[in-house]
Amino acid sequence: MELKPCVNIRQEWDIVGARQLGREKAKELGFGTVDQARIATAISELARNIYLYAGTGKVEFEIIDQFDRKGLKIVAADEGPGIRDVGEVMQDGYSTSGGLGAGLPGVKRLMDYFDIRSENGEGTEIEAIKWVR
Amino acid sequence: MESVELDLENYRKLLKEYLLTNDETALYQAEQFSKLSVQHNISPEEIIHVHIEALKELYPGMIPREINDSLNFLLEAMISYGLALQEYQHLRERQSELESEISIAANMQKTLLSTVKPTIKGIDIGAISVPASHMSGDYYHFVADTDDTLGVAIADVIGKGIPAALSMSMIKYSMDSFPENQRQPSAILENLNRVVERNVDPGMFITMFYGLYDPKSETFSYASAGHEPGFYYHAKEDRFEEIEASGLVLGVQEHVNYEQSVSKIEKDDCIILLTDGVTECRIGDRFIERDEVLEVIKHYLHLPAQEAVEYVYRYFERLQDFHLKDDFTLIILKKEV
Repeated sequence: MELKPCVNIRQEWDIVGARQLGREKAKELGFGTVDQARIATAISELARNIYLYAGTGKVEFEIIDQFDRKGLKIVAADEGPGIRDVGEVMQDGYSTSGGLGAGLPGVKRLMDYFDIRSENGEGTEIEAIKWVR
Repeated sequence: MESVELDLENYRKLLKEYLLTNDETALYQAEQFSKLSVQHNISPEEIIHVHIEALKELYPGMIPREINDSLNFLLEAMISYGLALQEYQHLRERQSELESEISIAANMQKTLLSTVKPTIKGIDIGAISVPASHMSGDYYHFVADTDDTLGVAIADVIGKGIPAALSMSMIKYSMDSFPENQRQPSAILENLNRVVERNVDPGMFITMFYGLYDPKSETFSYASAGHEPGFYYHAKEDRFEEIEASGLVLGVQEHVNYEQSVSKIEKDDCIILLTDGVTECRIGDRFIERDEVLEVIKHYLHLPAQEAVEYVYRYFERLQDFHLKDDFTLIILKKEV
């Protein structure tokens, strides 16, 4: 099996690495500049969350090639404290009001598919997909 | 996506025109384009993208790499603004949903708290209650009995908005559940106090005035639970007198005794009951004086009671630039014979 491209997040600088790798994959897939920028922003947001709230984790990329469409899947996973109330952080205005940026609702908007699983004390895994238009 | 294509065409045309003529008309059209884009949820990064594409088509192969890269840089810098726009639009939709829910609740409150202004021989009744916002924390209620006595309640929740409105519904249903023979103002307040003390959050207080008019003895008995004092108008002497009644606001202590007083009512005399939305009417930074309130009331007192309260309300509404700061409730009882 092909090893998935992956960036470990340990320090703030790794966020840039994750963006870079994600953008390369997006370019390869043929995403336009606007979508590339959106994907990079989503990656930033996910990687920053790992860096800020879990300390360490990883961002994985997977190219999805289906018969009728192609896309980029981003998986951000950590073994941090987890999110106690997912519903709350998915609300508009939850993180933006504190000036923390787009927040998870922003990631959801930037991407086409978004899924989050979080266990208290066991970490968080977020999957997001953007399809090439 | 097709609409964006169409927009690109239009944008390229406008841009070309502007680059050729440097004309204000093109700039005005750019403004129109901007407005249309906001209406269609088109985010700033998409406009920049359209701009880049338009430039490329207008000057094929002639855009310096640095300019092209710098525009891509700008596009990246606009991403968060695009997200903020979407969030704003989403929040605006949610706000209008909430507003319509609140207006449904407000209508329901109106139905729940509705009171019929009774026809009592010899008494002309006027009453108005206007909420400052959707839902009112003021309340008034008339109880007409077969023996022609008239009970009148006026209350104000300290605090505004929905919690205040919910408390008021409770007051109304408690009053409805009291036995028919128990119509003495002090007894009613004592019972309500118990209900409020048991059921309402300790931080919320309700002031209330309850009066009972008995046409046989031509007397008005009343008691007050910390409510804004009303006024008694002596027609013969053409003067106002504050209705003195003291009592603790509802809900502070479990057992409270309320003092009940009785006044004899003469022909043409008036009883004026109100909430602090009337007396604490604000003009700019200044609270209006009670004397000024009385002057306004007196000015309209010769009119039928309902007309009088409506004119007084309109006067204060205008004075506050048609924007009430507090719920406004005013009742006038006029003895006709």
